[in-house]
Amino acid sequence: MGPLIPNGVIPFEWDNIIAILIGIAFGFVLEASGFSSSRKLAGVFYGYDFAVLKVFFTAALVAVIGVYYMDYLGFLDVNQLYVHPTYLWGAIIGGIIMGVGFVAGGFCPGTSLCAVAIGKIDAIVYVGGIMVGIFIFSELYPLFQPIYEGYFYGNVTLEDSLGINPYWFVFIFSIIAIVAFVISDMVQKRVKKIFY
Amino acid sequence: MKKELKQKSKHIYWNPYYGGFLLGILILFTFYLTGRGLGASGAMKSSVVSIIESVAPTHAEESSYYSKFITEDESPMKNWLVFETLGVLIGAFISGGLSGRIGWRIQHSPKITSKRRLVFAVIGGVLFGLGAQIARGCTSGAALSGMAVLSTGGFITMLAIFGSAYATAYFFRKNWI
Repeated sequence: MGPLIPNGVIPFEWDNIIAILIGIAFGFVLEASGFSSSRKLAGVFYGYDFAVLKVFFTAALVAVIGVYYMDYLGFLDVNQLYVHPTYLWGAIIGGIIMGVGFVAGGFCPGTSLCAVAIGKIDAIVYVGGIMVGIFIFSELYPLFQPIYEGYFYGNVTLEDSLGINPYWFVFIFSIIAIVAFVISDMVQKRVKKIFY
Repeated sequence: MKKELKQKSKHIYWNPYYGGFLLGILILFTFYLTGRGLGASGAMKSSVVSIIESVAPTHAEESSYYSKFITEDESPMKNWLVFETLGVLIGAFISGGLSGRIGWRIQHSPKITSKRRLVFAVIGGVLFGLGAQIARGCTSGAALSGMAVLSTGGFITMLAIFGSAYATAYFFRKNWI
């Protein structure tokens, strides 16, 4: 039963090799979807291109449906998966800062790497900026420590926090995503086209 | 005629639902194999830690943040996310190469200069790097991989990123539209 490497079905030595293979697929899909273009990415914030919204939410939905379906079929134990921990104010403040960085720089870290790979100089500069940002955080760590380590709720899921049935949540989430896709197409038709 | 076709194909990308579907399958597959999701900013953190460790080893050991990621016998670069990120560079290079999108250039709106684009790229990068440390992950590691397992923190980070980007988009509009 999955996950395969933690359960010893695939030997641990394969971990780093699998990491490279998964990375290649990740980079390929992002680049082929147009995520190496900052002007395409920024479109989601101005309504001229909703590729980010569509790719991002389709991916999240396919993954979450797949995870819970494989758990239901007994191929994968959802309780063994790593759940990103919830540090409430770290998530909110960090997310707000990242949002400003996204619209200012036009990339997020993963997409900037794809753009670096095809030679975009603005992306190389952006990655340099990320490393400076990490350096600033590390040097001023005592200042950030209270929100970095505080307000910790554990590795909780929405099922734990809100007490909702995950299957119902996924169903509602799917409907919200479909409505968002329809609305985004309507908005895109009305917004002035941008060629890039 | 042939040249025109070549010029055009540079901007032909996959259908976003197709790309999203494959990305979702990849995340599912990653969880199935490794029990964890994808990431992107983690490798950059490892790079910063290893640079500081080699430039100023005592400073790195004394710092309460760098020291979390330094172990006696292994380099911080020997990390799953670093290998994955090498793969991302290779995969994007293959995709870009197949579509003829490889080349040195600064992409920006015709309404702004290259210099302005680069200045805002640095500012954006610094903010994203800082925010990704505070939130313990970026759009890949926290938001996307978090949402795949219904992590509460992942959803909060996702809402905060998109909420703040939409809220501040007005102030950066000259750079994009």
